Amino acid sequence: MRFQALTQADQILRAYYLSTVSSPIAETLAVMLLVATLACAVARPRGWPEAVFAVPAAVLLLLLGVLPLSQAGAELTSLAPTIGFLAAVLVLADMCDRYGLFEAAGTWMATGSRGRPIALLALVFVVASIVTAVLGLDATVLLLTPIVLTTVARLRLRAKPHAYACTHLANSASLLLPVSNLTNLLAFRASGLSFARFGVIMALPWLAAIIVEWVVLRRSFATDLVGRSEVKVTTPLRIPVFASVVVALTLVGFFVASLLHVNPAFAALGGAVILAVPALVRRRAQVRDIGFALDVPFLAFVLALGLVVKGVSLHGLGPLVVHLVPNGTSLGSLLLAAVVAAVLANLINNLPAVLLLLPAAAVAGPGVVLAVLIGVNAGPNLTYVGSLATLLWRRVLRQRGEELPTSEFLRLGVVTVPPVLLASTVALWVSLRLVG
Amino acid sequence: MIQPVRVVVWLVEGTWQGCLDEAAQILPPDAQVALLHVTPSDVSEITEAATAGLLGRASRAHRPTGHFEDVADDEASEILRTAATRLGRESTELVHRRGRVEREVVGAVAEGVDLLVVARDGDRSRLGPHSLGHATRFVVDHAPCPVLLVWPDEAPGIESIPPPPAHHTPHRPHREGP
Repeated sequence: MRFQALTQADQILRAYYLSTVSSPIAETLAVMLLVATLACAVARPRGWPEAVFAVPAAVLLLLLGVLPLSQAGAELTSLAPTIGFLAAVLVLADMCDRYGLFEAAGTWMATGSRGRPIALLALVFVVASIVTAVLGLDATVLLLTPIVLTTVARLRLRAKPHAYACTHLANSASLLLPVSNLTNLLAFRASGLSFARFGVIMALPWLAAIIVEWVVLRRSFATDLVGRSEVKVTTPLRIPVFASVVVALTLVGFFVASLLHVNPAFAALGGAVILAVPALVRRRAQVRDIGFALDVPFLAFVLALGLVVKGVSLHGLGPLVVHLVPNGTSLGSLLLAAVVAAVLANLINNLPAVLLLLPAAAVAGPGVVLAVLIGVNAGPNLTYVGSLATLLWRRVLRQRGEELPTSEFLRLGVVTVPPVLLASTVALWVSLRLVG
Repeated sequence: MIQPVRVVVWLVEGTWQGCLDEAAQILPPDAQVALLHVTPSDVSEITEAATAGLLGRASRAHRPTGHFEDVADDEASEILRTAATRLGRESTELVHRRGRVEREVVGAVAEGVDLLVVARDGDRSRLGPHSLGHATRFVVDHAPCPVLLVWPDEAPGIESIPPPPAHHTPHRPHREGP
């Protein structure tokens, strides 16, 4: 019943998009504001937070009447639970860092590798894949990667393969759970799937992506994975038992909540609170640290970006996107959806890309939503920031007098992204046949 | 009077010990040796690109690799000191650079260097097929001085090269006779 109602609503939405007479001025304004928002988010004039530019852009759309108030209200209401979920996961990951979980992972990898670079890379793959899946890609990029890099440096091994492993897996290993990536949280909302079902369907695509990354990185960096570290690891391995148990229970909580038809965001909230309270009491963290981990500017940025993209969808791109996203669950449709999403993610960054594609993908069903997710999650390994943003970002680097990045990451992206898209989408297709 | 030979030995993580031992055996006792290590700058660039890709999180993302660079610099100094002790020659110069590795190495041997000693990278269990990483390849291609490419270990036997591919393959490496 609920599903039917959803489908009906989506059909109305689709009809609405297709019937909207796009006023060229409103459309141009909305697109210009989206581009300006993204440009400012990357270039960050004066080093201000991204929300400083995104929120006024959203307000301007409202004031100019490009985005009707009712639509904005609906979008905000529907985004709010996702933002809450995101906030809880951000605090959970930050707490894990404060309890020393990532430090412990670093020591474990150093000891477990016994100085062999290939073994170390394998352990980095295991840790980065799990951290990304459970605590999200932000945790891998911002909290785990620095630890991995210093671990490799202390072992006096070459850091580059491990750096790429972290940054690549933060994207491609973020397919498994709704909490693994903000794009997943958004898609989770649109797909109508339960948390458990999402995880079960995405397990194969997640594994496929990790295996492809392993094969390609292992081959690409064969010349750098050499020698054996003679450095003795003297740091004793101290596993933060309490934090580990709470994270494990939170993970179980996600699945239990979804089976009981409770919003799994409450499990994340529970985990974050259980870790935060003792941390506050024992002065491991202060209240303002939690405020910092919550990252209100980021949450505001996501909300504002949601509104700006909504403005764009309503006028020009919405109807266009409906035509771009295939409607069906054949392997061909899924592959096309993944490729369209990957291309769009590389043009404008994956966050606005997923916001643009989701309404149309939701109409086509959960299979297409998940295929879009494979595209927007694995696709960014080609340019990371999206090509529009890459251009700006290169300018920023040049202004700061820093060296421009080599074409190496582009080359590595070219050899990993297409096989990951293919393998994960085929795995998704198989998954949907098995459990769909 | 004959000037002593000026030699630069490029030390890289994973191969530096073997490279140094090989150099010690080959170089004349009066050679003027400089040990060179370059801390790569592109590792930070990779992670900064990934951070920039996290749109909207700028307030939390304060150069996540700053600490890595400090640690890498410390370890580089340590490698150079250990290497100088291992070489055991007097007046060994220690050169520590940071930047794009291949460019820095070529820059370091641009003038007044008679020989650059470089270790091959890659699999030690067989000869070939690709024994030079990106940076080493660039250095071998661009160095303005003679380059000595050494094995960081005892080289495996010639039988570790696989037999030549069948005749119809387009990449025939050799052709006997005219």
